[in-house]
Amino acid sequence: MSDYRIQGETGEWEVVIGLEVHAQVTSNAKLFSGAATAFGAEPNTQVSLVDAAMPGMLPVPNRECIRQAVRTGMAIEAQINKWSRFDRKNYFYADLPQGYQISQLYHPIVGEGAIDISLDEKNPDAAGKRIGVQRIHVEQDAGKLMHDQHPTQSYVDLNRSGVALMEIVSKPDLASPAETGAYLRKLRSILRYVGSCDGNMEEGSMRADVNVSVRKPGHELGTRTETKNVNSVRFVMAVVEQEAKRQVEVLEAGGKIQQETRLYDPDRNETRSMRSKEDAHDYRYFPDPDLLPLVLDDAFLEECRASLPELPDAKRARYEALGITAYQATVLTAEVEAARWFDALLDAGVKPAAAANWTTSELFGALNRTGKDILNSPVSPAQAAELLGLIADGTLSGSLAKQVFEVMLETGDGAAKVVEDRGLKQTSDTGAIEKVIAEVMAANADKVADYRGGKDKLFGFFVGQTMKAMGGKANPAVVNEVLKSALGESVAP
Amino acid sequence: MTDLTDLGIAGIRDGVRDGSFTARDVADAFIVKVSQAKALNAFLVETPEHAIAAATAADTARAAGETLKPLAGVPIGMKDLFCTKGVTTTAASHILEGFTPTYESTVSQNLWDAGAGMLGKLNMDQFAMGSSNETSAFGNVISPWKRNDGGNASLAPGGSSGGSSSAVAARLCPGATGTDTGGSIRQPAAFTGISGIKPTYGRCSRWGTIAFASSLDQAGPMARDVRDCAILLEAMAGFDAKDGTSLQLDVPKWEAGLSASLVGLRVGIPKEYRVDGMPEEIEALWQKGIEWMKDAGATIVEVSLPHTKYALPAYYIIAPAEASSNLARYDGVRYGIRDLPAGSGLQDMYAATRADGFGPEVKRRIMIGTYVLSAGFYDAYYTQAQKVRTLIARDFEKAWETCDVLLTPTAPSAAFALGEKSADPIAMYLNDVFTVPSSLAGLPAMSVPGGLDKQGLPLGLQIIGKPLDEQGVLNAGLAIEQRAGFTARPEAWW
Repeated sequence: MSDYRIQGETGEWEVVIGLEVHAQVTSNAKLFSGAATAFGAEPNTQVSLVDAAMPGMLPVPNRECIRQAVRTGMAIEAQINKWSRFDRKNYFYADLPQGYQISQLYHPIVGEGAIDISLDEKNPDAAGKRIGVQRIHVEQDAGKLMHDQHPTQSYVDLNRSGVALMEIVSKPDLASPAETGAYLRKLRSILRYVGSCDGNMEEGSMRADVNVSVRKPGHELGTRTETKNVNSVRFVMAVVEQEAKRQVEVLEAGGKIQQETRLYDPDRNETRSMRSKEDAHDYRYFPDPDLLPLVLDDAFLEECRASLPELPDAKRARYEALGITAYQATVLTAEVEAARWFDALLDAGVKPAAAANWTTSELFGALNRTGKDILNSPVSPAQAAELLGLIADGTLSGSLAKQVFEVMLETGDGAAKVVEDRGLKQTSDTGAIEKVIAEVMAANADKVADYRGGKDKLFGFFVGQTMKAMGGKANPAVVNEVLKSALGESVAP
Repeated sequence: MTDLTDLGIAGIRDGVRDGSFTARDVADAFIVKVSQAKALNAFLVETPEHAIAAATAADTARAAGETLKPLAGVPIGMKDLFCTKGVTTTAASHILEGFTPTYESTVSQNLWDAGAGMLGKLNMDQFAMGSSNETSAFGNVISPWKRNDGGNASLAPGGSSGGSSSAVAARLCPGATGTDTGGSIRQPAAFTGISGIKPTYGRCSRWGTIAFASSLDQAGPMARDVRDCAILLEAMAGFDAKDGTSLQLDVPKWEAGLSASLVGLRVGIPKEYRVDGMPEEIEALWQKGIEWMKDAGATIVEVSLPHTKYALPAYYIIAPAEASSNLARYDGVRYGIRDLPAGSGLQDMYAATRADGFGPEVKRRIMIGTYVLSAGFYDAYYTQAQKVRTLIARDFEKAWETCDVLLTPTAPSAAFALGEKSADPIAMYLNDVFTVPSSLAGLPAMSVPGGLDKQGLPLGLQIIGKPLDEQGVLNAGLAIEQRAGFTARPEAWW
């Protein structure tokens, strides 16, 4: 349980949060029409007769959208309803050509499931919590009104009209901004693993309605408000924090919370009332008579299940079993692209622990520094495997490997080629190393004496001087060995 | 030379094929008839060029020795509920005035693909809501029939496919499309002495047909006889992937399967269809129908459809509920008329556009539908009506255990005079009492003319069949047709 509490004047308050996440289904075509769905197209260029609700047009369900919803349900171990039905939600608005949205109120395609979240990246197994998902249903998106095109009129863009959304409704199991953020990130991660939604919140592919109420610990649930269409994880967490704080202030001042719809204003970091329950529409839901109930057969369900990839929790467990630390496993599995990249690295035969160390520190560090994401990584898993192989076989020392990697990042060349071109190969030639050590000792006779007099710590100094003289290419193990014997010789009585 | 407009669809098709006359001759003859019949107000748009183009194609194909299409050379009328590419389509409503679709409905496309041509778009009750054609925004259609009482009252052609019935009865076209939601093909066919069949729900695609009540709407043919209905229906029907409720079945060869022998057929007579206040003449015709069935070799069984009395109330909840939602798209934003009072906003535009654009009957049904779907009333009305619908379907299933088709009157009265019932919506709704139950159950049903009443007006008999048994319905209809010997036709006064 979360121990997140709001300290009010009358004592502590708990926060109860539920999320309704609208996730745009990844599909080439809309939910009930053949129109395309690409983001950023010119207004009204991705609109079919059905999307524009021309007279006599009829919806026909797009099998791929249904498949994606089912696969998503399976990914959160939810009940898949083999019989579901579409309902019409009736209201008038200029961005809703049909005058109703086709949705699923009474019989959603996916029933109860759950998502495990972790509150501590370093120790993901210890600080987990299971968040219930009440249902997932599929529905149509609306179009978009543009108010900035004309001084007195609004324009309508129907490109989004009819695009398939999954509405993923959590149970009110979330109790803090941190849990809410973790849930949203985990959900996003699962959707991206499954490939059913690109999770791109900036482009509106994923947005959340945030339901918040507060109560004194152990008391009945309070009245909730719903803040609509919040489009980033950070904003969702801010809504929880601000809205809970506001509700506590209202209640402690003797007021009542109105069940209402609110909007979040990120510029002022506050929520504002949009419409109260009294103004709420009567949506007159009823089964869409243009559509037969959706009946899924076993073969279809089997195909959906078989097509699911390894999901983040399973992958993390597998990595840990390979000897990768829990923290690294969490970092490596959070984003599907990183996990895929890492899997390719493992497939190339690199030892898991070394691969995880190098990927999480060297590669992620470099990507961070250069502002690139893993999809645009200048270094491929195969190239990285080559580099790690050169470290493992002693061709490169750690510091040489860093130099090689830097060149690889710049040029895109393979590790072996860089080593060859730049002569960065490590030397284990004992004769050459002995010669350099002899020179170093001659030049630092006083320090040799000090060392032999008992100042053991000076050993590092000699290693450093030797490596420096050899341009970093000496094999550190050989240097250590030769130094120890050279420095030790004269000590012998 | 015979008047080509006296020919039915089969006669025209065969004559064109044989070379007895050209398709162009046929088209020209009907085009003249249409142009001379403005008084009936059956056509909203005349499209002689369309009919001529199809006729020319037929004649050219024949001259080239090609196999002619099933409806080559046959010009027909198209109910204005079907969207026709490049031809104004309004559903007889002001709100769609000037709307010209860029697409062709599946049913009309199927007909054109079969070689048929279009004489024009037929008037109808606005959005197919009505039983008399008086709800058209463009003036009501007038029946070609007159009472024999010496009066000159204008009679209703029935509705909603009243333009279709009037035009076929007046020989303005040999056949026409209709749509039937609660009786809109069968009742007007009965009122005008022609035949019409509503096939099993799902036989004809609804794509491109302006929706009234999606779970009930079905297209079907209206023509002078049973054979012509079979020919037209064969061309109209078929699976369409663009309609999720379309039946994925091959279209049977209904014309080839026609047979008037009913030996072994069990004809059910539902006792609940004897309603209070039904004219004796209708009861008498029903009895005649029973005798004709026996004569054709059928056996008669009495059956019970106990929930029949709830059908009409259930229908007038379900159909308006669906309509209230289906008609939400007429909002003035994308097509049709737009009323934007000066200085007003979106809500004002909706209100003004819809207040001006919809007729009173359409508004009444939108209001009823909105009411029965609203929070707090939904279960009492809509849910309850759906339960009734299930019970009615079950009644029929039970009946099929003891019979193969049902025989009933089509309507509880002959055609009434225009204005006679328009002030009383309930009286108007009662006209659908015999046609609505089979609509709710999605069953094939047909009206064929049985005779004339004392006033000289046609009366129809209805045959209801099992799901997908259009053939059984058509065959029973053919047996009646052959025995009724209905040859009466309205005298041209228009």
